[in-house]
Amino acid sequence: MDLTDEKIKELEIQANDIRQTIIEALLEAGSGHTAGPLGMADIFTLFYFHVLRHDPKNPAWPERDRLVLSNGHICPVLYATMCYAGYAPVEEYKTTLRKLGSKFQGHPHREWFPALETSSGPLGAGLSQAVGMAIADRMDHGRSYDRYIYCFMSDGELDAGASWEAAMLAGKEKLRNLIAIIDRNNIQIEGFTEDIMPLESLRAKWEAFNWHVIEANGHNFEDLNDAITEAKAVFEKPTVIIAHTIPGKGVREFERDFHWHGTPPNKEQAVMALNELRTLGGKIKSEHE
Amino acid sequence: MLNPQLKLNPKIFNTDVEQVPIRQGFGEGLLKLGEINPNVVALCADLTESTKMNLFTKKYPERFVQIGVAEQNLAGVASGMAAMGKIPFISSYAMFSPGRNWEQIRTTITYNNRPVKIAGSHAGISVGPDGGTHQAIEDIAITRVLPRMIVLSPCDSIEAKKATIAAADTGTPVYIRLAREKTPVMTTEETPFQIGKAWIAWIPDIGLADVGIIATGALLHKAIVAAKELEAEGIKTKVLNLATIKPLDSEAIVALAKETKAIVTVEEHQINGGMGSAVAECLAQNYPVPQEFIGVKDEYGQSGTPAELIELYGMGVSHIKEAVKKVLLRK
Repeated sequence: MDLTDEKIKELEIQANDIRQTIIEALLEAGSGHTAGPLGMADIFTLFYFHVLRHDPKNPAWPERDRLVLSNGHICPVLYATMCYAGYAPVEEYKTTLRKLGSKFQGHPHREWFPALETSSGPLGAGLSQAVGMAIADRMDHGRSYDRYIYCFMSDGELDAGASWEAAMLAGKEKLRNLIAIIDRNNIQIEGFTEDIMPLESLRAKWEAFNWHVIEANGHNFEDLNDAITEAKAVFEKPTVIIAHTIPGKGVREFERDFHWHGTPPNKEQAVMALNELRTLGGKIKSEHE
Repeated sequence: MLNPQLKLNPKIFNTDVEQVPIRQGFGEGLLKLGEINPNVVALCADLTESTKMNLFTKKYPERFVQIGVAEQNLAGVASGMAAMGKIPFISSYAMFSPGRNWEQIRTTITYNNRPVKIAGSHAGISVGPDGGTHQAIEDIAITRVLPRMIVLSPCDSIEAKKATIAAADTGTPVYIRLAREKTPVMTTEETPFQIGKAWIAWIPDIGLADVGIIATGALLHKAIVAAKELEAEGIKTKVLNLATIKPLDSEAIVALAKETKAIVTVEEHQINGGMGSAVAECLAQNYPVPQEFIGVKDEYGQSGTPAELIELYGMGVSHIKEAVKKVLLRK
């Protein structure tokens, strides 16, 4: 589906709201991950407000697309986006993330928040489940059925061999209904991915596993949307979109710094971050100033 | 005597009793499920023949996924298929599934609450010549510890077939423990089977029993043979077949403990964390009595014939009899 300029504006504002909400929720939680959720805010926004076929009023709608979040630790962005999409109250998310009895567990658990497709956290397990969903759907509806299984993965979790077991099977099965999106932000908890365990050439690896590979700017809605349109046009292969993102995107002090992988902002940092987001990096004045 | 109500195989003590691998029953059960439940699908890690899943895959190739030697993926893919409404049965050697892929089973199947059925073949030390790497003697411990997991350990191929068919309908994750070796057929098609229900295979001719023997899997046969020999020596026992290790049939176990005041558990598994441990947990909370454990004593197996290994590692008829006599002295 094409994106109009008007829609892009809408998505930009929505993504900014989501980033602010993530900061607020993490501050209240006192623990959690910052860099990944901010870096993926644009992609999540595009999906929940443009790409996905879903119905927040009926989360169990059988005809819905499926979105599997493999790297569960970036759930602050999943939760925030789903709340804005209508799956739960935004205020509840802001005040209960990571707290006792909350829908919004530290890592996603579908029993606490049934609108989630899977529970996740331990890395390298999401793609297998997405592959299983895609195989099952093809068994039921044939190869031409117009429903997609999306799997969001991190780059760091590609260290895990299980990811490649799943990639190999998807290539073998030519799962055209499976579209994986890799958050290529180049960081993981202890450093830069290429220092911890080099992943490059990432494109060549996926191509060798018989996937169609598209690289996209993870902060450009049009670019991402074009990539998804292209992925849906590929018939004989699953597609992986390597989305180049900036970890911590939107808050200059957090950007590209792996120390923000698993750390929440303190009060002062949160105020700074919210101010930066509300003023679009100083471009406009905020009423909160 | 054999419990007459159970319609057990009358040839149970004969040297020419039919011998069939327990995994064969799994294969036949899955084949039957293919016919009666269109949602049942099968996934395997390159061992369809060894696990007898090939009976299903030949008839229903369109409902089968060959995963290759990738047990972690096996668990995750099955979870994904279950999320779309399938009832996936996955099979491999127990050492690799639920052994190698335990964390994937925990996260994507039990934590996620997906009704995946895990068939672990070649469980126990009787795997034989393949040696210790392939002898799963920890699988009961690592599956029964998982919330929501039902753990089944059938005693022969006929019970395995019934267990497999019953597993499809639980709506929960299930682990089915299967042995490789040919095993005496003790039950018949008429013998009852219900998940969570144990039954008493052997009872004294008259009066109450002195010792309760609780066995699971193929060793039930050795337990019954031991019971018969003990009776000739004047020691009266009851032998309980515990085909469901979780949920435990506490009622049957406590009733046996109340009658006998002494229990011997018999399993082809590490004593640590196995069926005997589950029984001890139950009795300690409800009706503590002395208990002796037949099983592997915190060590690994090795190559050998199944018969040699069962004897060497202390799980033979003579060992069961010794344990019964020992526990009698502790009453």
